[in-house]
Amino acid sequence: MFDEANIIAGLEIGTSKICVVVGELGPEGALNIIGIGQSRARGVRKGEIINPEQVEEDLRAAVFEAEQMADVEIRSVFLGVTGSHIRGFNNRGVHPVVSADREITPDDVEDVVKNAKAVNLPAENTVIHAVRQHFFVDGQEGVTNPVGMLGARLEVDMHVIHGHANRIQNAIRLVRGTTLEVDEVVFNGTAASLALLTNEQKELGALVIDMGGGTTEFVVYSGGVIRHSGVLAVGGDHVSNDLAYGLKVPLSRAEKLKIEFGSAVLTEAAKGQTISLTNELGLETKRVNLEHLQRIMSLRLEEVFQLIAQDLEEAGLTDYLRAGIFLCGGGSRVPGLVQLAENVFQMNVAPGHASAISGLTTALDQPEFATAIGLVKFGSLKLRKRAVRPAFSAGIKQAIGRFFTQHN
Amino acid sequence: MTEDQPPLIPGQPAQPVFRMFGVGNAGIALVDSLDALEFAGAEFAVINTDATGLTTSAAPVKIQLENKLLRGLGSGGDPERSRALAEEQFATLKSACDGADVVFILAGLGGGAGSGIAPVLARAAREAGALVLAFVTLPFECEGNRREQQAQQSLELLKPAADGVICLPGTKTAKLIDENNSIVDTFRVTGGFLIEGLRGIWQLLTRPGLIQVHFSDLCNLLRDRHVENAFAYVEAAGAGRSREVMERLLNHPLLDEGRALAESDAVLVSLTAGKGLTMAEINRVMDQMKRQCGHAQITMGAAEDPALKDKLCVTVIVAKQNAAPTALSLRLESRTTTNNAGTTGAGTGTAAVREQAASRPVRQRKPNSKMVQSQLPLSVVSKGRFDKSEPTLHRGEDLDVPTFLRRGLPLN
Repeated sequence: MFDEANIIAGLEIGTSKICVVVGELGPEGALNIIGIGQSRARGVRKGEIINPEQVEEDLRAAVFEAEQMADVEIRSVFLGVTGSHIRGFNNRGVHPVVSADREITPDDVEDVVKNAKAVNLPAENTVIHAVRQHFFVDGQEGVTNPVGMLGARLEVDMHVIHGHANRIQNAIRLVRGTTLEVDEVVFNGTAASLALLTNEQKELGALVIDMGGGTTEFVVYSGGVIRHSGVLAVGGDHVSNDLAYGLKVPLSRAEKLKIEFGSAVLTEAAKGQTISLTNELGLETKRVNLEHLQRIMSLRLEEVFQLIAQDLEEAGLTDYLRAGIFLCGGGSRVPGLVQLAENVFQMNVAPGHASAISGLTTALDQPEFATAIGLVKFGSLKLRKRAVRPAFSAGIKQAIGRFFTQHN
Repeated sequence: MTEDQPPLIPGQPAQPVFRMFGVGNAGIALVDSLDALEFAGAEFAVINTDATGLTTSAAPVKIQLENKLLRGLGSGGDPERSRALAEEQFATLKSACDGADVVFILAGLGGGAGSGIAPVLARAAREAGALVLAFVTLPFECEGNRREQQAQQSLELLKPAADGVICLPGTKTAKLIDENNSIVDTFRVTGGFLIEGLRGIWQLLTRPGLIQVHFSDLCNLLRDRHVENAFAYVEAAGAGRSREVMERLLNHPLLDEGRALAESDAVLVSLTAGKGLTMAEINRVMDQMKRQCGHAQITMGAAEDPALKDKLCVTVIVAKQNAAPTALSLRLESRTTTNNAGTTGAGTGTAAVREQAASRPVRQRKPNSKMVQSQLPLSVVSKGRFDKSEPTLHRGEDLDVPTFLRRGLPLN
């Protein structure tokens, strides 16, 4: 049963690249990645679109490539969003149980969740995700499903991720302009953590840091739920820019130097070494001190980690990361980054790779694709949930729904 | 100017005579707070226009400038009045400086007595054949712009009259002081900074040096560069003392967290250690200094003092080249000359000094007429590709500016 309906596409409009990943939901509910398309992004800075025309052009190229590879037509995508305007915070909703027998009904649960979502956001902001953490029944902690329990007071903790409505709408409009539908908007950090973490790791507590070209997203899982999330509008572009400024070379050259000689920690071998830059004729034009290069990079990357560490410290989550820290995104390719992160956070750090998903292994192992793969995974979870929901009754999707209820 | 100064001949057995003058209320307070033991060998004197400030002082020599005009009520915050008074009693001041090789003038500018007398005293001391080094504080912003103006005018007069002026603007220290501090504490802290600098220079001049720094070195550094100088005195003990000293120096508030070093064009560094001052330590400090100071001319001295045990003290005096004299200073210069001409009792010697004072701006302008490629200030750091994008602000820091710049990492 090869059908359009179980094709899920994730689209990430990143600062350095636009990436489309196509996944297929197998009959057993297993997700299989069948296609990838990417193109260099030009009109994006710090995760946000600054030139829609250029982005649209690049987007079409990436979608075309993915369609070619997967041999399907992409009709709708799960769109990843990021940017410095996105923030996450925890909120608690309270609801008194009013029924005579004090039994908690699904309606009570719905009400309490609604209360928790009703947060004081700035007028121009909109909620991207509201993730349920845990219920409290009369102050009893850690209840995951309170329906049927007895209690007088039902509370729920939610993690709310919100962002500037217009900026998110800009991205959606752009995608719709290319005749693609947007299924749902997903925060990039959430997507990356979905791709990298297994359920055990989410339960133990883990931090996912997605170092992209223009932004760095981080998400903390603990006890199986999202506890904290954030965006720093600092990424690989900043590293290149620092190098261009510090070494007095053009930005494109800085980018190349970063990829070729970059390191997140000062290496012994670099002490006193210089690199000679040559022009197209092979003549030496300039010498660059390798130690300076690495020091500039190291300082910038260290600062990013320090800011995240400080944020987690303030949120009181440092001691909950028992599964450690996972890095992804193009920035995580910098040699020595794991060591640097270990120095800053003083805990286990590992480069993450997409787990619990099968398919193109070349794609799964690449840290750059984690977010896009996570978007597909997010889509697959939504599709499964939608499928089992009885109210959803639209033709072929109902058939899949029935299929899943039988098999789950 | 240097010709008429008796230079300190190295190895001269006779100890030069140091005399410290506290001028005005603030100056007297500063002199009183000096530890006489630490400055052993110095002679202390205080000068004021009213008697109350003088009676409480512990200094052995007290000079009260008084005439019928003031009726014992002091100068009333008017520097013109006390300046006229000082000119009138120029001979008294000169005789007070007689026999001294080096005269330190400590004063708080902005008020009546300090602002008026200090420049005249400096001139008198020069005439008496002494080298003159003035340590002055400038008023806090909150004291009003009248005092601010008076202080500026006085400073302009003091600069040509003294061999060296080290001034400490109140605004600089105001930032460092906890807002809950009482005003008494605030003045004490400000004075403390000044005294720290004085102590550093004192040690520099009096301790037998391995690598000697002479008073003439100091004067060379300060002369004609008056516009802004900063100083810092730090000490550290223990194994990593050289590293620690450098760290403190670079974080020193009076050096603007090391920025003053980068903008300087002449720096004097003096290291004093209890015992076992190693070449490696000197190297480490000087290496860092060189890197920090860029194109500055660095003078360095090192000395040992067993009393310090395992401490390492570093005194840094930073001078920045004066820009072309401002219209204000030019105006003031002309006013001084007319003032001087009007006063009686000024001998032929004064006339010579006056000549110098008048010709100073012309001399100062000479080095500036050379074409010098100026450096753009640090604040216009280009943000490269993020120039036009929304700045990434995090707790007041613009993260788009390269980290190494914000953290002041030197690359050479």
